[in-house]
Amino acid sequence: MDTWLRVTEAGLYCEPLDCYIDPTRAVHRAVLTHGHADHARPGHQAVLATAETIAIVKARYGENAAGSFQALALGERLSMGDGRLWLAPAGHVLGSAQVAIEWRGVRAVISGDYKRRPDPTCPPFEVVACDLYITEATFGLPVFRHPPAEGEVARLLHSLSVFPERTHLVGAYALGKAQRVVRMLRLAGYDRPIYLHGAMQKLMALYQELGVELGELRPATNLKGEKLPGEIVVAPPSAIGDRWSRRFADPVTAVASGWMRVRARARQSRAELPLVISDHADWDELLQTVREVEAGEVWVTHGNEEALCHAASGLGIRARALSLVGRGEAEQEAAEPA
Amino acid sequence: MKDFSALLDALSYMASRNGKLRLIADYCARVEDPARGYALAALTGELSFAGAKAGAIRALAEERSDPVLFRWSYDYVGDLAETTALIWQARPGANRPPDLPEVVEALQEATRAKVPALIEAWLDGLDATGRWALLKLITGALRVGVSARLAKTALAEWSGKPLADIEEIWPSLEPPYGPLFDWLEGKGPKPDAGDAPTFRPLMLATPLEEGALDSLAPAEFLAEWKWDGIRVQLVSTPGGRRLFSRTGEDVGPAFPEILEAADFQAVLDGELLVLQEGEVGSFNALQQRLNRKAPTAKLLAESPAHIRLYDALMLEGKELRQLALTARRERLEAWYRSRMPARMDLSPLIAFEGWDQLSTLRAEARANGIEGLMLKRKDSAYLAGRPKGPWFKWKRDPLIADCVLMYAQRGHGKRSSFYSDYTFGAWRDGETGPELVPVGKAYFGFTDEELKQLDKWVRDHTTERFGPVRAVEPGLVLEVAFDALQRSSRHKSGIAMRFPRVSRIRWDKPVEEADGLETLVALLEQ
Repeated sequence: MDTWLRVTEAGLYCEPLDCYIDPTRAVHRAVLTHGHADHARPGHQAVLATAETIAIVKARYGENAAGSFQALALGERLSMGDGRLWLAPAGHVLGSAQVAIEWRGVRAVISGDYKRRPDPTCPPFEVVACDLYITEATFGLPVFRHPPAEGEVARLLHSLSVFPERTHLVGAYALGKAQRVVRMLRLAGYDRPIYLHGAMQKLMALYQELGVELGELRPATNLKGEKLPGEIVVAPPSAIGDRWSRRFADPVTAVASGWMRVRARARQSRAELPLVISDHADWDELLQTVREVEAGEVWVTHGNEEALCHAASGLGIRARALSLVGRGEAEQEAAEPA
Repeated sequence: MKDFSALLDALSYMASRNGKLRLIADYCARVEDPARGYALAALTGELSFAGAKAGAIRALAEERSDPVLFRWSYDYVGDLAETTALIWQARPGANRPPDLPEVVEALQEATRAKVPALIEAWLDGLDATGRWALLKLITGALRVGVSARLAKTALAEWSGKPLADIEEIWPSLEPPYGPLFDWLEGKGPKPDAGDAPTFRPLMLATPLEEGALDSLAPAEFLAEWKWDGIRVQLVSTPGGRRLFSRTGEDVGPAFPEILEAADFQAVLDGELLVLQEGEVGSFNALQQRLNRKAPTAKLLAESPAHIRLYDALMLEGKELRQLALTARRERLEAWYRSRMPARMDLSPLIAFEGWDQLSTLRAEARANGIEGLMLKRKDSAYLAGRPKGPWFKWKRDPLIADCVLMYAQRGHGKRSSFYSDYTFGAWRDGETGPELVPVGKAYFGFTDEELKQLDKWVRDHTTERFGPVRAVEPGLVLEVAFDALQRSSRHKSGIAMRFPRVSRIRWDKPVEEADGLETLVALLEQ
């Protein structure tokens, strides 16, 4: 199988369909699973992705981020070269998709990033049975079992009631996590305006345009000395502990990330209120998925490949680590939308 | 367990003291007896269980998980209790989460052999945070940055009852403190302190301000040395013996020889010191004693503890706090002469005629262990807290050195966006010319406005970053004040400053003109 689907310097390449999946360098034809910076880079000649992912890529890099864009609806089959390709929802962020490729009766699925938990901002992951499954393993250790995200949002709301005079500053990745947290706050009945760091505004507006209800959002800029006591402000994780945060009323710093499960990591982030909310599959979800796709072979990309391969072997599945350069590395903190 | 584990989890991340107080108060307001009483006991370190130690927990965890995955996970997480809490997979079936009283009461009654089975069933019933809290509770290592004193302060703020009252009755109380909570909520009488060895809030002195002596009559005051140790209260009653720090923390276990010597009934106020061959030892030696909950025989022999007595609050069952200082002192001296207690002596009074004479004595006092002078009104009753007027501390002038800023570290809580902890150095001759060697670290002494300027300077002059620490180019001189200088083998410079603080920021001074290490070494105490 590794002759028609193989790792190159630019990333994963499918020869019979002549396309790269989430290439890390500019290529002539790229299929993008979703809009995060370590998967979607600018400069490709042609890009194929869901309409939402294309909108996100354009919002981030501009209308000319690629030579041409082709939108493909979820489930729509597309013939390419002498094979065919379609996209299935991955449940990671809005627009995220798994790429299914069929060639000569063999089916490979490249999951991109995914999760199995419900997320009110995007359609749920769909299991696609296949012969070869290529999975991420961001949280590929059994210590990562995410608690229900509703409970974490409830902790944020409880903290607001304990510290009503302090601004609650929530660090969340600008694409996906931030919108999910806001949407979940709305579903939990929180209807006050939510304030946004400047870096949040563009994608929030795009999510709203694409039909995700986020309620009243206000910029946390030009406050003219207003300190926003008792309000929620959403910002990139890198901003919450820095000088920018000084304008607020004795802020309680929260960070929403799957890494918050481990205390040493949470302390590194200097969060006073770590929220374990992840857009990636946790350990149980990874194993569940590897079982359900019933693939004879599994390739594991970024994360803790070793442990997942070990566990998959225990289930009688052939598994091997695939080293993809540049995944989860760019911009460190910002590009780890976990 | 859910509320308790949420409390521990929140406390473990909350940096600010006020934030911690609020979290504890919120918990006490929401949770009922006896759960909140047991939680309080856990926070104040009054719970300990036999037969539930780390080894047993590890065995349980390894039995339940793939050994390879457990090892990799432990390597990643770095903490056994936390790894176990996170990796644990509940057995399928009906698992019921236990509540806190059930856990505490079962552990208190269980025989050693039965403990692992109990823990295993509880782990199955709890979520990850609950398992973490359970394991921390069982192993007795909460480490959530809450002292017994802080927990009591939270009770005082929540209930509106005076902290002094809570401190006073505390030793007579037992978990889960039903009568205490009844009283705090106005549903019952104040519990009786009885014969328990309770802490009485200390009487503290205010700093003597410039020119204040002009309006004070020398004849109305007693003077004594201010010793550089740890202010303590030794309590010995039929109910027990305790050695309390100034803030009411029980430091007795670290100083067993003092408790052993307290074979009397009294409440004494004094300075805890280490005596080496009859001389007051360094503060470092005392600090080492304080850090060892169970001192070794070697440490006990090398650095024996001693109390220099200042005052008596109670003698042979008789309350003295309402008496005038001179009357208390007379009784203390008479009691001391008749008892001659081991490991104690009286802090001598200093005879003086006028303030000028005392001022000269103060300036000349450079002996080890003396921090300055205390002035106490002869007619002062022993009052809790820091009343303004009856007692003054007249510290000797601090030592001063001009040092060069070398590293800055981010602060915590409110200061987490500021580089607020400064390591500074002095010049010495290196192999390739003058070089800086760190001589101390200070994180106060400046105003909020100066902090902003310092923070900006650090950011603009950073040469290297290591996590929360930045190295800066040698370009800023800090005038550092400190109370004393001592030899230290633990520091590269060979010296350690006592109580260093930034006294001035010398924006104007060229770094080359900062002090050399030899200037500092010359200040070392003999």
